[in-house]
Amino acid sequence: MSGARAEIAAFLALLALAALTFGLAYAPMGPGNAVAAVGIAVLKALLVAAVFMHLGARGALLRLTALVGALFLAVMFLLTFADLLTRPG
Amino acid sequence: MSEPALADHFDTLDQQRRAGEFGIWIFLATEVLFFGALFVGYAYNRTLHPKAFEHAARETLVWAGTVNTALLLASSFTVALAVRAAEAGARRRLATLIRATLALGLGFLAIKGYEYHHDVSKHLIPGHPEFPLHPEATQIFFSFYWAMTGVHAIHMVVGVGLWTAALILLRRGRAWPRRTARIEAFGLYWHFVDLVWIFLWPMLYLVGRAQ
Repeated sequence: MSGARAEIAAFLALLALAALTFGLAYAPMGPGNAVAAVGIAVLKALLVAAVFMHLGARGALLRLTALVGALFLAVMFLLTFADLLTRPG
Repeated sequence: MSEPALADHFDTLDQQRRAGEFGIWIFLATEVLFFGALFVGYAYNRTLHPKAFEHAARETLVWAGTVNTALLLASSFTVALAVRAAEAGARRRLATLIRATLALGLGFLAIKGYEYHHDVSKHLIPGHPEFPLHPEATQIFFSFYWAMTGVHAIHMVVGVGLWTAALILLRRGRAWPRRTARIEAFGLYWHFVDLVWIFLWPMLYLVGRAQ
């Protein structure tokens, strides 16, 4: 399986990042715990999308489609929290 | 009964493949919004009740969620290799990798089943008269826990069905280019289900462990 080097590297990186997530979850970092957990999860998601799902290599149309999904998710978060975090009291 | 490699509404195999890929990605974008609504709801309620969410999350079986993370990452790896094997026309390797994926997926579902059994035996069901935790907002966490892991498990069952179908197709020996596109499509779906779990694991199992 000579051509699978990228997949093997991505898999090992994903396992390492999962181990890091697990370790950091038990380290008391206050709000830093949530930031670390979500940050590493985003990194892992990008790895899966780029290497396993070939998102970078299959043309702009597919990248745009994935981006639209992410964009609307961001809008949903933004509008919801724009309300929640700016309530008086 | 064998269907032609190129369906008659396409001009070339390449066009057919691109159209299929585009279709799957549009479907995945709608899936992002489907799960996204649950993620937003979770984040909203966790912001309102941070302590209750930490307290409730400590009741989940952390080893089960963690082992399942490893199983899913490994299954994404076998799927990525399966797509390569399909593209190379290596039928036997493809069949082996699909079987490995099925084993990992079924292992995930078995652990999930054990975990649900454990949760039910502890009455960790929102609205249950013997729900063991306080304050009440801990029940909101478990509403999201059941909804998110449940919907994810349903996606896993669909994925296991797809790979079983792929094995059957492989045995019948239909035309290669078309089947390769199918394996790629199943692969994209499987990776997406793995991607959702990458977020569910820290959100539902690792919250509040630092205390």
